[in-house]
Amino acid sequence: MIDRRDFLKGCLACGVTAASIGVAGKNAFAAGSFEGYPDSMGVLVDLTRCVGCRSCEAACNDEQNLPDPDLPFDDKSVFKEQRRTTDKAYTVVNKYEVANKDTLFRKMQCNHCNEPACLTSCFVNAYTKTKEGAVIYNSKVCVGCRNCMIACPFNIPAYSYSSPTNPMVKKCIFCYETRVKNGRPPACVEICPQQVMTFGHRADLIKMGHDRITSNPAKYVDKLYGEKEVGGTSWMYLSSVDFDKVGLDNHMQNEPIISNVKDFLGTVPMVLSIWPALFTGIHLLATKNKGGHGDHDHEEGDEQ
Amino acid sequence: MKQYLKRNPTTQIVNSLRKDNDRGRNWTFMEKLLMGLTPQQYIAQAITNPFNWFLAFIFAVGIPVIIGRFIFGLEWATGGPQSNAWGLFLGFGLFGMVPLSSSGFQMGSAVEVFGRHDMEPLERLGILNGILGYLFAVIFLMCDLGQPWRLPYPMVVSWGPSSVLFLVAWHVATYLSVQAAEVSTPFFEWMGWPAGRTAIKKMALGLAVAGIILSTLHQGALGALSTYAPGKIHPLWYSASFQWLYFFVSSLPGGLCMVIVVSTIVIKTMAWRCDNNFNINLDKLHISLAKGASMGLFTYLTIRMIGVAHDNKWAYLGTGWGAWWLFEIGFGVVLSLLLLTTGVRNNNVTLIRLGAWTTILGVILNRLNVYMITFNWKHGVIEIPPWREFMITITIYCLYIATYRFILYRWPILFRWKTKYSEYTVLAAKPATIPATIPAVIPVIAEPEACPVGK
Repeated sequence: MIDRRDFLKGCLACGVTAASIGVAGKNAFAAGSFEGYPDSMGVLVDLTRCVGCRSCEAACNDEQNLPDPDLPFDDKSVFKEQRRTTDKAYTVVNKYEVANKDTLFRKMQCNHCNEPACLTSCFVNAYTKTKEGAVIYNSKVCVGCRNCMIACPFNIPAYSYSSPTNPMVKKCIFCYETRVKNGRPPACVEICPQQVMTFGHRADLIKMGHDRITSNPAKYVDKLYGEKEVGGTSWMYLSSVDFDKVGLDNHMQNEPIISNVKDFLGTVPMVLSIWPALFTGIHLLATKNKGGHGDHDHEEGDEQ
Repeated sequence: MKQYLKRNPTTQIVNSLRKDNDRGRNWTFMEKLLMGLTPQQYIAQAITNPFNWFLAFIFAVGIPVIIGRFIFGLEWATGGPQSNAWGLFLGFGLFGMVPLSSSGFQMGSAVEVFGRHDMEPLERLGILNGILGYLFAVIFLMCDLGQPWRLPYPMVVSWGPSSVLFLVAWHVATYLSVQAAEVSTPFFEWMGWPAGRTAIKKMALGLAVAGIILSTLHQGALGALSTYAPGKIHPLWYSASFQWLYFFVSSLPGGLCMVIVVSTIVIKTMAWRCDNNFNINLDKLHISLAKGASMGLFTYLTIRMIGVAHDNKWAYLGTGWGAWWLFEIGFGVVLSLLLLTTGVRNNNVTLIRLGAWTTILGVILNRLNVYMITFNWKHGVIEIPPWREFMITITIYCLYIATYRFILYRWPILFRWKTKYSEYTVLAAKPATIPATIPAVIPVIAEPEACPVGK
């Protein structure tokens, strides 16, 4: 039989383990459903107005001090293929040929989710959702696991793989430090010659978006993309065609990404609290009347 | 080594604290490292082993590539994929090796918690397999992280407790310490530090239970990590409710089958190092392990089916991805299940060993499917990693094999370490003989009184 001291030691070992990892379980529950800060800012993007001039890309490059692009910003040959954001371009414009419709362009950048997957997947809390709505990133603590790139439903964060000593995640930060914090619109919004983008409070932009759809139902599909997707995003889109046709996933879940993980996180405290007693109990039952515990491995008689 | 011992059957290999002759003095540390051979003998046996030449070739090419990865950066080594951010280092190295290393907690708990002392000949091998798998998974991770020197950050600098990876980091770190404690028993015996060994033995139950807790959670957590990417992983490989169960449950047969595979390789290639207890019981133990693995596989198959039914994903089975899914399940699960159960029923160890291979390949294929092959399936292209990434992966895996072999040759994992003075003084006059098939030195002494195995 197990004696009392061994049993207590076993409990202690489990308890210490549980305490050291219990943190994960407890705080996981603190992440309830969060629907965004009340005064969050946002941008309404009207795809029907975009002409693909790429001046937003140029403005972003300048504002964020990014390296010069391979091709100049007025080069239209980049539209031959679908591009994605990289560590050298926080925003890119893609061209979409839609049957029976005009050609559409869509600017792509971080959508600044209300409850961002990058933030909730980060194990060093490198991301912050500011009260202005921006999702910003702290490269000082980033370990480079790139889970945020796996988690982002829009495939936005990019990694500066080419740096051997200080690689980091690169993504649109809503021009937070230089502009949005001070109430100014991001560089891309300000430069746009077509007024594709409107900067304002997210709550107002939702109303504005629906008003545009109501006042011109023939022009727009009846959906404000980003109002509900993955728990809502700060950047929202209006389009004249189905969003699938301009590279936005139309089947995105409405719950934040973190809600998929809660099933699992919910099991953590259960396992931590039930397993020690359960398995120590099984041990007592399994070894009852066997009298062999502890001395099974030629324990006695060690002489050195 | 096997060939060398065939040619020199009277060589005494270190398997005790003291030498048989030379008035029973203690083996020196250097002698223990060389297993009792002289340096010349050691080198002679090493260079006649063709596998060493294979390893040397891999290291000659691969180690410079690994060094290059840290000098020139990740882009040089892996091409810097922006959309499929996790490649072979994690897809194979972390997600593939960790489930196959669940043997540590399973063998530990079978013996210590459930009182299955008949499993003892494989207990240490199971635990060693566990810690090496985790250790090398962490080495793979170090190669993959952008800033590996910040690995302790989630513990000490900045906490992101809502993240599943946070849980994985803490659990793997804690579990590595638990396993290090467990595996130190043979190490202390080898070094001749009985106090350390006794201390660890007293904690055995606590360590085993801690192993169960940590393993349940982090094996599951590796699956739960993929629930962050609902639209990216193909629906047949994705289930928000069951993903963690898929990973946890498949790790159980994965770990058991890895023990079967490793002990099969051991008995084929280094039978000289196994003692009689190991030799005699191996077939019987493989059947016991196969029983456990079949139950695990059957549960896994059921959950995978329930997962498809739960989200009503049957229609996907008619697509090309569906055929690939059916292959994964058919080869890795159904075929393995048939081989293992037929083997158990007919006491056919060959079938069981074959089934163990298909099981572990099936588990690895599943992890690659989730994190690499079906990842971003909507993009319509499967990204093939560049050659340097393959080379680094193979090199680290070969380092794993070399380390594994190094320890098995020396520490008392496959044989019992003789510590009683009476066990070798009687042998002083007579050098050990090594018959071709019964390898361990002086098998007769060890068995009867101390070890209730097989009763």
